[in-house]
Amino acid sequence: MNEQVLLGLADDELVLGWRESEWTGIAPLLEEDVAFSSIAQNEIGHARAVYELIVGEDGDADALAFDRKLDEYRCSPLVELHLLEWAHTIARRWLYEVADEIRITALKDDPDTAVAGLAAKIDREEAYHRMHAEMWHDRLGDEPRFQAAVEDLWPYAVGMLPEGLRADLAVRTGLDLPSNNLLQGHERGTHTPELAPLWDEMTIVRRSAPTGAQW
Amino acid sequence: MAAVEIPRDEQAFLEYVQSGGQVETTDWMPEDYRKKLIKFIEMHGNSELMGVLPEREWILRAPTLQRKLALTAKVQDEVGHAQLIYRVVEDLGKPREQCLADLVDGKAKFHNVFHYPTQSWGDVGVIAWLVDAAAIISQKALLKCSYAPYARIMKKICWEESFHILHGRDVILAMVTGTPAQFELVQEALDRWWGPLMQFHGNPIPADEDPMFLWRIKSQGNEEARQQFLDGYVPQIHELGLTVPDPKLHKRDDGVWEYTEPDWDELKHVVTGHGPKTEERLAFRRRFLEQEQWVRDVVLAA
Amino acid sequence: MSEHPVWEVFRKERRGQPFEHAGSVVAPDADFAEAWAREQYGRRGESVALWLVPRDSIRDVEDWADEFDLKYRRVDGYSIKARLKEARERAGTAGPG
Repeated sequence: MNEQVLLGLADDELVLGWRESEWTGIAPLLEEDVAFSSIAQNEIGHARAVYELIVGEDGDADALAFDRKLDEYRCSPLVELHLLEWAHTIARRWLYEVADEIRITALKDDPDTAVAGLAAKIDREEAYHRMHAEMWHDRLGDEPRFQAAVEDLWPYAVGMLPEGLRADLAVRTGLDLPSNNLLQGHERGTHTPELAPLWDEMTIVRRSAPTGAQW
Repeated sequence: MAAVEIPRDEQAFLEYVQSGGQVETTDWMPEDYRKKLIKFIEMHGNSELMGVLPEREWILRAPTLQRKLALTAKVQDEVGHAQLIYRVVEDLGKPREQCLADLVDGKAKFHNVFHYPTQSWGDVGVIAWLVDAAAIISQKALLKCSYAPYARIMKKICWEESFHILHGRDVILAMVTGTPAQFELVQEALDRWWGPLMQFHGNPIPADEDPMFLWRIKSQGNEEARQQFLDGYVPQIHELGLTVPDPKLHKRDDGVWEYTEPDWDELKHVVTGHGPKTEERLAFRRRFLEQEQWVRDVVLAA
Repeated sequence: MSEHPVWEVFRKERRGQPFEHAGSVVAPDADFAEAWAREQYGRRGESVALWLVPRDSIRDVEDWADEFDLKYRRVDGYSIKARLKEARERAGTAGPG
């Protein structure tokens, strides 16, 4: 089991779920609000399942999720961005799902059966997320502000995947791979300045009691 | 069997609903009844929607993955309730966009408790446990509402609220059995919320003088609801070692709870748009309503 | 938004049970209606199936003329008590009281 790859997956789902949960209660339509919140919850559920796999039966998934130093997180810059605006939110949702499908498909063939099994389970739920993302992509596709958002976020989406999987992403999205210097600062392994305030907020209650306190 | 005829006369209609008769969307109804329904149900929808905001801030600060999921799901339920409730209002003749516009323009009301700040994770627990408990008492009484479409959605709403109370109580239990500082957070939150909670069911006007009761939109009086709340929850508060900040609070031998008169002026002041967080929260709603208008235009374009 | 399509939602709680009306959603097309109804009426596993029906496609039937005596088609159209008593008496099978 490649722990760094798994942590990358779990941290992506955690941080994206955290970002997207911020829409709960303020999405553009009440119906979509409910749907979007479920997706955020699912992503966090996936993160938890992967953390549990990493820490094992007696481990503490919460501690792994919350109590690391910033530079120990393996999430990609794409999911860190604070995008409380619908065109960018949906552009990220769509790009993320396309890239995530490629990554999950690869993990389904992992020699570690526990990893392959979990990837298959996650994939079944992601299928619904992909439907939702495609539906929105089709609906907003002609909107200039949506097209601009896709363009903004495209280098980040590429930076989410290892080099070997990027060509597939370009084919599936119909977009051209950016040059290497355009990818700088957008690839996994670096963090944006937006991660630190997010982590501060997501751990503010947790840090207010001594380590190990129950909540 | 032949359909029950809804009387097309205001007095006979009144007697019909008072004897337990129910009304559907397409039935004839007196204008006054329709207006009262819209006013009452719209305020309920507004309250669900505004009730999202005090808790939503804490979605981002939930201290464990489990709490994160449960709190997000709770807030999500409230949005879902708003959607269901506004649909009922829409079918009565007032479009959702008009409800939302009136809300952010300060022309419509919402429940007093959603005008107050949430200061700590203790507040999150107290809201989910006790505010939702107070709300479910009102909502259960609406299961018998004379307007059937509203009564029907209340089944789903009450079912979901029961999860909230469980979640809230669980949050509280974790804290009262935690560190002394965590216990203190709960007690402080209870102290802050007790006043608004006691005002929640409204002033004790006799049910017969309450037009919402007259038309059987509500099926119980305000004081009856408050007594039910005290009866159900004061013992639960006490058993955790928490103190209710009202020295006069006690249950008489005849089973009636006595308490310090709630501050009705504060209630009136708050629900007419002068609560500590009213303006900020309406501005926040307005901001997103305006910012995302283009999405509704694109999605709902014919 | 009332000018936008309203979809009536019916849900089946368990296999073998009938679909029951659950509520409605406003959605521009069947895909959005599905995505939204799924969440609104099924996220807690409370439904095994949904029907989504555009409100415009529903024909509303509410008027029932019953001006003449058509009771023979209903349970309350049969008052058998008196005749049953008589029949039992003739047959000698009437019980005490």
